[in-house]
Amino acid sequence: MDVLESKRPSQPLEAVVIRFVGDSGDGMQLTGTQFSDTSAMFGNDIATFPNFPAEIRAPQGSLYGVSGYQVHIGSVQISTPGDDVDLLVAMNPAGLKTNLHAVKPGHTIIVDTDAFTQKNLDKAQYESNPLEDGSLANYRVIEVEMTSLTKEALKDVDGLDNKSITRTKNMFALGMVYWMYNRSMEHTIEFFNTKFKGRPEIVEANTKVLKTGYYFAETLELIPNAYTVSPAKMEPGTYRIIMGNKATAWGFLAAAEKSGMELFLGSYPITPASDILHELVKHGHFGVKSLQAEDEIAGISSAIGAAFAGDLAITTTSGPGLALKGEALGLAMMIELPLVVVNVQRGGPSTGLPTKTEQSDLLQAMYGRNGESPVIVIAASTPANCFRYAYLAAKLTLEHMTPVVLLSDGYIANGSAPWKICTVDEMPEINNHRFKSNGEEWHAYDRDPDSLARRWPIPGTPGMEHRVGGLEKHQVTGNVSYVPENHEYMTKIRAEKIKRVQNYIPELEPEFAQNGDLLVVGWGGTYGSLHSAVNHLAEEGIDTIGYAHFNYLNPLPKNTEELLKRYKKIVVCELNNGQFAKILRMHFDGYDIVQFNKIQGLPFGNTELMEKFKQLLK
Amino acid sequence: MEATADKKYTFRDFESDQEVRWCPGCDDYVILRSMQKALPEMGVKKEDVVFISGIGCSSRFPYYMDTFGMHGIHGRAPAIATGVKLANNDLSVWVITGDGDSMAIGGNHFIHVLRRNVDLNIVLFNNEIYGLTKGQFSPTSLVGQKTKSSPYGNTQPPFSPGELAIGAQARFFARIGGNTPKEMTQIFIDCHNFKGTSLVEVLQNCPIFNNGAFDQYTDKKVRADRQLFVEHGKPMIFGTNRDKGLILNGLKLEVVTIGENGITEEDILVHDAEEKDPTLHQMLVRMDYPMITGIIRRVKDLTFEERENAQREQVKKNSKFKKTSDLFYSGDVYQVI
Ligand code: SF4
Repeated sequence: MDVLESKRPSQPLEAVVIRFVGDSGDGMQLTGTQFSDTSAMFGNDIATFPNFPAEIRAPQGSLYGVSGYQVHIGSVQISTPGDDVDLLVAMNPAGLKTNLHAVKPGHTIIVDTDAFTQKNLDKAQYESNPLEDGSLANYRVIEVEMTSLTKEALKDVDGLDNKSITRTKNMFALGMVYWMYNRSMEHTIEFFNTKFKGRPEIVEANTKVLKTGYYFAETLELIPNAYTVSPAKMEPGTYRIIMGNKATAWGFLAAAEKSGMELFLGSYPITPASDILHELVKHGHFGVKSLQAEDEIAGISSAIGAAFAGDLAITTTSGPGLALKGEALGLAMMIELPLVVVNVQRGGPSTGLPTKTEQSDLLQAMYGRNGESPVIVIAASTPANCFRYAYLAAKLTLEHMTPVVLLSDGYIANGSAPWKICTVDEMPEINNHRFKSNGEEWHAYDRDPDSLARRWPIPGTPGMEHRVGGLEKHQVTGNVSYVPENHEYMTKIRAEKIKRVQNYIPELEPEFAQNGDLLVVGWGGTYGSLHSAVNHLAEEGIDTIGYAHFNYLNPLPKNTEELLKRYKKIVVCELNNGQFAKILRMHFDGYDIVQFNKIQGLPFGNTELMEKFKQLLK
Repeated sequence: MEATADKKYTFRDFESDQEVRWCPGCDDYVILRSMQKALPEMGVKKEDVVFISGIGCSSRFPYYMDTFGMHGIHGRAPAIATGVKLANNDLSVWVITGDGDSMAIGGNHFIHVLRRNVDLNIVLFNNEIYGLTKGQFSPTSLVGQKTKSSPYGNTQPPFSPGELAIGAQARFFARIGGNTPKEMTQIFIDCHNFKGTSLVEVLQNCPIFNNGAFDQYTDKKVRADRQLFVEHGKPMIFGTNRDKGLILNGLKLEVVTIGENGITEEDILVHDAEEKDPTLHQMLVRMDYPMITGIIRRVKDLTFEERENAQREQVKKNSKFKKTSDLFYSGDVYQVI
């Protein structure tokens, strides 16, 4: 059936934020993904934010076992998963308790009343039942006996045990939300058919419950009004929904194809980076060689070996893993080999908050090695542009013969957004420094006069035998050298080589006001939040606020200082305690640089940003 | 398989222009020369040979070989070498390591490379001491050994490299004295010819910090009576008069004398390096009278690359994706007009 045909009163909205929360076993991630995929296909712009507990199976009903998935859909351009929730679907008391604060007063909450048992209320540390004590008076609460209705719907389906029955109740919720937002169930039903192929009873059960939820919302008039979110205006083209980590993996696949090189991945599983490994191991057909190593150090070390032997080599990790890789990264820097290290940042220090997001590895990426050991550091800023920056990381490392650290974070890595599909033909050329002498004298550390990249003679090439290593090398021959002046020269040339990357990266163009009172500065995964906050202010008519977002962190774009000069005040917004602000202050003296920092393992919210900017503009 | 050299090299072809800087009298010189002599016999092209090392005295080795080489970081050579081999299966890849490098800081990589059975060769210079850092005890130093960091005697029981390696599923393990270059050269050639990870432990004398550590087995005067050089398919006989041998007594190996107590040569155990069950190999490795040298274990198995390549070929054959664009446009895509 085509639900778009059905007529009912509805209220058009520009954008809506929906959050599904429940126990980590309640299937909230699946529910959220289905809703966002369906909306994207309907033509909405979307941004999503899964938020799950660190514990794989936390005790049922507990506060810390709550798993959530937020999706922001809109007919306008959406750049963040949103902060104020318009609709909260809470599958249990713990979910309600931990998420209520995000719901705008007057907005809607759907709860499964069957889950509001005394036991669950106790686990959620509720003294009284919030559905009865009036504490939800400011919200529109839709109480549904979801578990019982699900059971009832499935009483005639054979071959299901109790567990599989209650497990499908998330589809009841999804069905209701589909009706409310005028979405077709088709995509999800198709998904059941592929996903549970060979298990017809599961397909039937899920489909049935989804439809039951949908019709329940329609017929029982429990929902007073329904919303429509019409398609967004997006650049024409072919799109797909992509998660940041997958986009990162695909960026490397594209770079390998474009450069004609084989991709090698050495990696050790770590949250939230493992999905890149999971994705790349699927693609042996593109010649990808992947090694799940015995530890983080072996992950990067094997990649260094592969780079020495001529592959496009990468390693993927998160903060603690980058710490372990530090010594090896120093080796790659010292022997000047191409290598990309992807760090999907998470909350730290130490084990920190593995499933939460943060931007606190910037200084580690820049300086977390012994000795003077500069590397290129760049950062992706949206789930979709992880593709582009992974590709560019590969390009930079091959063209400059130095390691590149690519920073992503838990927020964009797990978030998904529409990606306008981009093929290798549309991407820039990738060159490399593979070298074979035609009889002329050569040395492994002869450098390209412009980029200072050294030559890359690889094993298997006759006459190119040479040795490299972590000991300081003579500036030309690469042989071990303890000569004091040589060490100073080599230290400086390695630094200069990174600095010259400035000549190959784009200058920074601020958005909104090109000069004025306040420059909002961000880097990495905060693009969505910062852009949307500045955009709101611009829409309110404030025209003295500009926004500069850095994807290139070391070296900085050439025109950085010129840009800072154009504004009276600069606010550097980061999900850390001020790391990029430190870097800017270090490089550029005499500017009024203030900080806005959030260190809660969560992305910035729109409201807090707007308030801060307004206050600074006063 | 590596391409064969059409030109016949001599050991001089494998000498680099770097001055060798080990201490005078160090067995490392013997190992270096034995390797330079072994390489021309392997029929491998010079440009296909890669030496990867970690940190320590032994790890300077790649600088002295006129092949491709990398002096890596402490303990990580097996991991680096794994990457080299996976990137290019045609290379002859060698790991040069020491007892501290491979079994202390690099213990994890050491066991895992053996477990995976990557087709590379590991030469372990075991001198039972830290040389480069000037004389601390190592994971193979004996209990009671007095060193700079154990002035009252070492209290940490040692690893036996072979026991550890076979426990980690090593398919090939050999041991050789640091003062027997001819046998060492042959073992290096055998390592090269073996498909899978081959490990050779060299009992390497460090005259500076642990002089004479192996004299009781390796000294010319006692060698014949204290060392048993095993060969696959041959009875395990040793002694100046070739009258000593090994028999299995219950669950223990026992040294017997041929001609005494009715023992004849027929009774002596025949060495089977290719037996999959590691029990007897482990017993041989653990003996200290006689010290067993030669190839103790050599068991055929698929290499890691063979398993990986076969799987990749299978995936390739079944895949509907030829180019990345096929992947990017697959599944749920939609148009925005
Ligand atoms: S310290 Fe010992 S092992 Fe090292 S080079 Fe000198 S003698 Fe050889």
